[in-house]
Amino acid sequence: MQKQYAIETGDNKFSLIVFIGLTYFFVIVIFILPLLLVAQMAFEKGFQEYLRNIIENDTLQSIKLTIVTTLIATGLNTVFGIGAAWLITKYSFRGRNILLTIIDVPFSVSPVVSGMMFVLLFGANGWFGEILSANNIKIIFAVPGIILATTFVTLPFVVRELIPVMETIGKEFEEAAVCLGANGWNLLFKVTLPSIKWGLLYGVIICSARSMGEFGAVSVVSGHIRGVTTTVPLQVEMLYNEYRFTAAFSLASLLMCIAIITIVIKTVIEDKKVKSNSTNKKGSFNDKN
Amino acid sequence: MREHRILPGYRLTLGITVGYLSLMVILPIIALVAQSTHIGFADYFHQISSKRFLTSIRLSVLTALAASVANGFIGFIIAWSLVRYSFPGKKIIDSMIDIPFALPTAVAGIALTTLYAQNGWVGSLLAHIGIKAAYTPLGIIIALSFVGIPFVIRSVQPVLIDFQKEIEDAASCLGASKGIIFRKILWPQIMPALISGVSLSFARGLGEYGSIVFISGNMPFKTEIVPLLIMTKLEQFNYAAASAIAMTFLTISFGIMLLINVFQAINRQKYVTK
Repeated sequence: MQKQYAIETGDNKFSLIVFIGLTYFFVIVIFILPLLLVAQMAFEKGFQEYLRNIIENDTLQSIKLTIVTTLIATGLNTVFGIGAAWLITKYSFRGRNILLTIIDVPFSVSPVVSGMMFVLLFGANGWFGEILSANNIKIIFAVPGIILATTFVTLPFVVRELIPVMETIGKEFEEAAVCLGANGWNLLFKVTLPSIKWGLLYGVIICSARSMGEFGAVSVVSGHIRGVTTTVPLQVEMLYNEYRFTAAFSLASLLMCIAIITIVIKTVIEDKKVKSNSTNKKGSFNDKN
Repeated sequence: MREHRILPGYRLTLGITVGYLSLMVILPIIALVAQSTHIGFADYFHQISSKRFLTSIRLSVLTALAASVANGFIGFIIAWSLVRYSFPGKKIIDSMIDIPFALPTAVAGIALTTLYAQNGWVGSLLAHIGIKAAYTPLGIIIALSFVGIPFVIRSVQPVLIDFQKEIEDAASCLGASKGIIFRKILWPQIMPALISGVSLSFARGLGEYGSIVFISGNMPFKTEIVPLLIMTKLEQFNYAAASAIAMTFLTISFGIMLLINVFQAINRQKYVTK
């Protein structure tokens, strides 16, 4: 068996063993052990205890809050993402690069700083602090702040996923449709969206997964009010800091499952994307290859 | 500059995009800059020259650097094996590379802390040889390494995949040894991607909070990285100090990334003109 691989790449047996061996070692220590640990710690005291931890009131509330936040953040960012990707890929205009840089800002800013910016805007001593407290509106240390912070942090995901997909497909289909008399919305729903559906799906999924897992930014704006402003990651932290390890890991295992599902979906979609891109290319006027 | 755009929707999408970005991104950034300059220069310098801040910056930069360099080696080995060799489980391993990217930082944080604590699976083994991982800078490096390694691997993989085997074979026919082939043909192509991946890992490591807050123990002057310090100031409602530190930290981070980009651009020139 070994001989076969060596012939394929021409590399000698020794480096083969070293590289593959090291790879196995690193992969197990770095990627697999942490996941196994989460599973083991979560179910340490048995399945009953696991369920009991999940349906505990504060934990359940945190799950609800996370779901609501994720739906809103992902919804907003998807609408924005489609609009921005359309703008960037279908037109050329001055300032296009600046726009791209601005879109990347949430990526490059540390999550703690992201959350802090919203505190500076809407907190008690913030720019809008007085107006808000005059009208009894609470943003920071309340749910709206969490939604804002999460939306900010996951803003780039859908756009960044759509732009390469839409650039690869090109404008020919939309331009042809316009020649045939389609209006804007027809273009969007009948031509563009179907052609980017896998990229869009993946963007939405990764945006959701990141929203559910966001920790740093939410930690700053939430105030950690148990049962009211704790999201799932915050609840995990709280349980862990109270030495309730089994409960913390039980909740963490839910997040871990979502992460694994995300990765599985990504693998499936990547295969579909490759196939759909190549069929699109066949019909494309440009021979970019 | 074309005035007449063929595809409809320019004004609408421009409006949505600019409006959304102004509200969600530009406004918060302006607030940050304004607040941090609000505090007055004397106070500002007092904050950023405080020993605690300087120690935390040093720790943030050094741990992120160490983790990224380690990732450079480990990531290269993994990427190389994944592209050039076949072995059982290769496909699954390839998808697993994205785990640190998809896994929430808090989950990674508690998992790694428990793993590397004195009584943890790996921590106990390390304790036998006298190495303490959790609650030390080493723990921070390990966590940052976990978080950043997909960047390295995913940067190097495409380069290795796209690589044309014919050149390698031709060189081999002409009598080049494996070493020469690697040094003169493969490495010049791999290196830019590797540096790019390492810098992405570095940038990510600088700002990382969730995975570090558990494993570091947050001891001021020992294991406090800058995001943690900012968090502490915020919890004390010392917004002025927090903004000053955040602004400075952002500037330093952007400065380092700019340097890296410039260095990469110069490198690319060198390679092209050869």
